[in-house]
Amino acid sequence: MIIGLEHYLIVAAVLFTLGVAGIILNRKNIIVILMSVELILLSVNLNFVAFSAQLHDLTGQIFALFILTVAAAEAAIGLAILVTYFRNRGTIAVEDINMMKG
Amino acid sequence: MSVATAFFYLFSIVTIASAVMVIAARNPVHSVLFLILAFVNAAGLFLLTGAEFLAMILVVVYVGAVAVLFLFVVMMLDVDFAELKQGFLQYLPIGALVGLIVLVELGTVLTTWTVAPEMILSTPTPGHLSNTAALGQVLYTQYVYLFQAAGLVLLTAMIGAIVLTLQHKPNVKRQVIADQNARTRASAIELKKAPSRAGV
Repeated sequence: MIIGLEHYLIVAAVLFTLGVAGIILNRKNIIVILMSVELILLSVNLNFVAFSAQLHDLTGQIFALFILTVAAAEAAIGLAILVTYFRNRGTIAVEDINMMKG
Repeated sequence: MSVATAFFYLFSIVTIASAVMVIAARNPVHSVLFLILAFVNAAGLFLLTGAEFLAMILVVVYVGAVAVLFLFVVMMLDVDFAELKQGFLQYLPIGALVGLIVLVELGTVLTTWTVAPEMILSTPTPGHLSNTAALGQVLYTQYVYLFQAAGLVLLTAMIGAIVLTLQHKPNVKRQVIADQNARTRASAIELKKAPSRAGV
């Protein structure tokens, strides 16, 4: 059996689903939410790379590179906000974040 | 079953299993470690598709930087994680439902999509170059503005992270280089007349 594009797409779809489910399941723990976002971005990267390999077009890999950049920036900023929030409030419970009453 | 097929199943099963453990683990440190495992195995999947450069970047950037950052934060914050885990069973039905819906939708797309016949490849893979060389040739010519924009994103993120976490405590003595450079001989040295044979 030869491994084609569909196999990679299935793996990426399952990873994406796990990421979305992780965000909902761990509503209280923002660290795991950030990790779930990383999982989602990883699955998108997998899709891009699989299509790039299938179509013999480098654009997918270039985009995966940029997604990697954005994911790294997002993780850094998110964790910085988390550290600042913990320093001010002494907790990281997401449900308590209603100071702005938005 | 060829070696590549066997490795594909190995990598993908380990990736999915560790992704499950990321969202299900009781201890966030375990979550981070499983996230690292998922990234390493996804890098293996990238290798199988022929994207060697991205596989290495994934290991370096994600495992080396992002996951270690997560690990630092998880271990630095003194949080009662058992309390944070409480809503897990409460949210399990809705989480499973949404996950199922997303999976079904993605499956529907997966079974019905086709490639547009008039599709034009913007950057066909050159056959004679290695993956890294080909990526470099495209990245620094065709996508050079996007490349610089990516650098700008990283710069913004760096400045943002520093600004957010840097704190100046009021009663800490700091080195002020401008003050040091502004010192002159007149302000720094005072000539005292010491009487002889009397001590100071």
